[in-house]
Amino acid sequence: MEYNNEYNMDLYPEKLHWQEGDLTATRTTMWSGPGCHEGCQIIFYTDKDGKLVKTEGDPNSPFSQGRLCMRCLELPEIVNNPARLKYPMKRAGKRGEDKWERITWDEAYDIIEEKVRKFQKESGPESIVSMIGTGRNVSQVIAHNEYANFGGADLTLCFLSGDSCMLPRTALCYVIMGNQWVADMSQFRDKRFEEDPEWELPECIMIWGTNPVINNSDAFLGHWIVECMKRGSQLITVDPQLTWIASRSKYWIQIRPGTDAALALGMLNVIINEDLVDHDFIDKWTYGYEALSERVQDYPPEKVAEICWCDKDIIIEAARFYAKAHPSTIQWGLAVDMSKIGTQTAHAIACLAGVTGNIDNPGGNILIDQASGLEFGYNSGIEYVDPEKIAIRFGNDRYPLKKYGFTASSQSDAILEAIETGEPRPVRMLWIQSSNPITNMGQDAPRIYRAMEKVDFICVVDLFKTPYIVACADLVLPCAMSNERDCIRVWFDPLRTLTKCSTYYEAKEDEQIMIDLGHRLAPDKWPEWVKTSRDYMNWRLQGANLPYSMEDLEEKYHGMLYNDFRYKKYEKGLLRPDGQMGFMTPTGRYEFYSTLFDSWGMDPLPYYLEPPTSPYNTPELAKEYPLVLTTGKRSFEFFHSEWRQPDTTSRELHPYPYFDIHPDTAKKYGIENGQWAWIENQMGKMRQIARYCDVIDPRVISTEHGWWFPEKEAAEPSLFGVFDCNPNNLIPMCENGESGYGAPIKCGLAKVYPCTPENMTPENQPTYQVTAGSGYSHGESHKTDTPSFYDIPDSQE
Amino acid sequence: MAKPGEYGLFIDYEFCSGCHACEVACKKEHDMPKGDFGIKILQDGPRKNSNGTYEYNYIPVPTSLCDLCAARVAAGKLPTCVHHCQAKVMVYGPIEELAEKAKKAGKKSIAIFTR
Repeated sequence: MEYNNEYNMDLYPEKLHWQEGDLTATRTTMWSGPGCHEGCQIIFYTDKDGKLVKTEGDPNSPFSQGRLCMRCLELPEIVNNPARLKYPMKRAGKRGEDKWERITWDEAYDIIEEKVRKFQKESGPESIVSMIGTGRNVSQVIAHNEYANFGGADLTLCFLSGDSCMLPRTALCYVIMGNQWVADMSQFRDKRFEEDPEWELPECIMIWGTNPVINNSDAFLGHWIVECMKRGSQLITVDPQLTWIASRSKYWIQIRPGTDAALALGMLNVIINEDLVDHDFIDKWTYGYEALSERVQDYPPEKVAEICWCDKDIIIEAARFYAKAHPSTIQWGLAVDMSKIGTQTAHAIACLAGVTGNIDNPGGNILIDQASGLEFGYNSGIEYVDPEKIAIRFGNDRYPLKKYGFTASSQSDAILEAIETGEPRPVRMLWIQSSNPITNMGQDAPRIYRAMEKVDFICVVDLFKTPYIVACADLVLPCAMSNERDCIRVWFDPLRTLTKCSTYYEAKEDEQIMIDLGHRLAPDKWPEWVKTSRDYMNWRLQGANLPYSMEDLEEKYHGMLYNDFRYKKYEKGLLRPDGQMGFMTPTGRYEFYSTLFDSWGMDPLPYYLEPPTSPYNTPELAKEYPLVLTTGKRSFEFFHSEWRQPDTTSRELHPYPYFDIHPDTAKKYGIENGQWAWIENQMGKMRQIARYCDVIDPRVISTEHGWWFPEKEAAEPSLFGVFDCNPNNLIPMCENGESGYGAPIKCGLAKVYPCTPENMTPENQPTYQVTAGSGYSHGESHKTDTPSFYDIPDSQE
Repeated sequence: MAKPGEYGLFIDYEFCSGCHACEVACKKEHDMPKGDFGIKILQDGPRKNSNGTYEYNYIPVPTSLCDLCAARVAAGKLPTCVHHCQAKVMVYGPIEELAEKAKKAGKKSIAIFTR
């Protein structure tokens, strides 16, 4: 079924560089900026001046096999985009005025050094917090820089409420299995699919809360699933919307947003009560099966069908299919994280894999560490920071998962509260690397916008002048894109290299900025010879006692080093430092009943809770805001807030934000197909263009995120129109569950009504209302100063 | 130079995910201005059929501007849409071979476009 693998390999040699006519080809890995979750192999074609002019997918790559997505194909548009940041700039007017002064790197470093030393002295290094965007190759930098150079220990995803992106799932996995799993598509070996003698084709692939062919989340290339579909895998897709892949599924479970945990528990009810479980695996390798069996009795399929707004028979049939198929695997996504019970939802889904024994087996859910055992994430440089600073990370006092180290990061909501209140300590400086939190990532965007006024100094390292930079930054540093970086990529396997083939004005690699600052701020922590990004990579490889250098990886391993992947590691004593069989948990077993949750006073078993605002939890509120609002519908054209520049092919194909609405619902509220409509709730409002969708639940609307309009004026009150179409006006911060992970980001309430000339005046635009007035954090309907999230609309109004 | 109708594109659109890689690869290869396409993805659905099944298809359709990447092919490469197709459902070749391939595949949802 592989139709097109007849590449002329003579033209794609396994070499780092070659010449093709006037162009130099560099064969390497693409990983940010711009952002992405992959690390596909790409060929950069540069001209005699080193300018990137063309890209192609690398047919030699076992990982991406010649494929390239549309964004990498249009990459020269963004790399050479005239709007890119070219020089360091310091703010010349007030925040929001968009007045800047170009400065040199030395001047920029002088400013940073002065500020850091001042805050260290006055408030301690713990008053300096670093924040990161998603899908950017800077985890190692943000961490190492914070720990070694600033001396603080606080870093996290930039105002993402409940750290609701992969971290709830990852933390849950470490708690109950001491590792983390991913769906097995043979991706960790260089011989793929049937060429791998051990791999088995999943009979069932359950896709849960993700649209993998678009979002490629968590280092998983979505089209690997398409390869399995061609080979005969059948699918279950859990999604409120009929995605393309849902339309190709044996079962599409059309779920009410935010009720995933109930569905998983209902499926467990069927599987356990019909005895479709893997008793051998359960007996030998798991803990708490009896307790789980009791718990799932609370979730009969009839009740779950009512909670989830889906068909009882589909739940039962899909559960049977998942359990009886062999092997079965689960590819889960962001929607699992984005409810207040993100951790518990992940727990329930992980129990499905556990009771059916689909753990670390060929074609199941396999356990994986980082490539070559390298720590290139949030623990990079952790050895340089005072452990006392780690102990007082924001959120540690509230959440045991944080306190006991089941994460390397601080809690975003706790940081926001600290900024607002100064408690438990002030935040004096924010170091933001590749994030644009009032455009996306941060919830309650207007609240974040306002909170920034309280931070003394904000430095942003980014690619473009974003709305956040205009509104909040004091100092802006331009960073390099993927083709301008020497780096290694560590996110599962294989270990990959990025090889620099271009430069852009004065943009610097993220590592270079860290190293330069390191030699100024903390010279004792930086060897003198570590001067460039390449030096840094080699230093880190040496520090991990790995027998290869960056150059070896590039030349000998063709930029992709596959480590030895083995199945059923729990049978082989490969998961525990003591070499014993089993899992790295307190019981040594895969814990359905979490002994750690139990010891921390949390419910040890998975459970379901209604979203905080919902037709059932807040029926009065739902009278005013009757529709369930879900957000973050992905598009091939964009990665979060990136690729919005008007001259890109992305904007050509996708010029405006759209939301999906059932035609019956739209007509009820007088909204035409293709018409701008307001979407509003008790917190705030925004507008997008209605797109009729026959197959969405009439009670649900699905919106896009990440919209700003670089073609609009930067200065406030225009601010690139950042709040106008922003669903984060309608979503709270600081509404987290008992684990601290997860937030109700995809499961709120809203009403819709048409945009009209009367309600579309400049004064009615959200960006104007927020930046020029005192508009939301709380909606127009909000009447008090207390948090508005649960407010019942005043019926007298 | 092949005559019109001698060569074409085979597309198994059961597995076309509508990812736009072919469209954008083509636009960039031929340095096309905004609004021009050498291949365009058409969409049918999502909608529900009366029998309860769902219809949701993407079909890339070559336009009048498609030259089957004559320059690339002359240099020994695949047409760029075929090279980059993320679903790997496109084949370039002589029409007879494509028809043979379609027959051999023995399945629904294959389109062959002559150029």
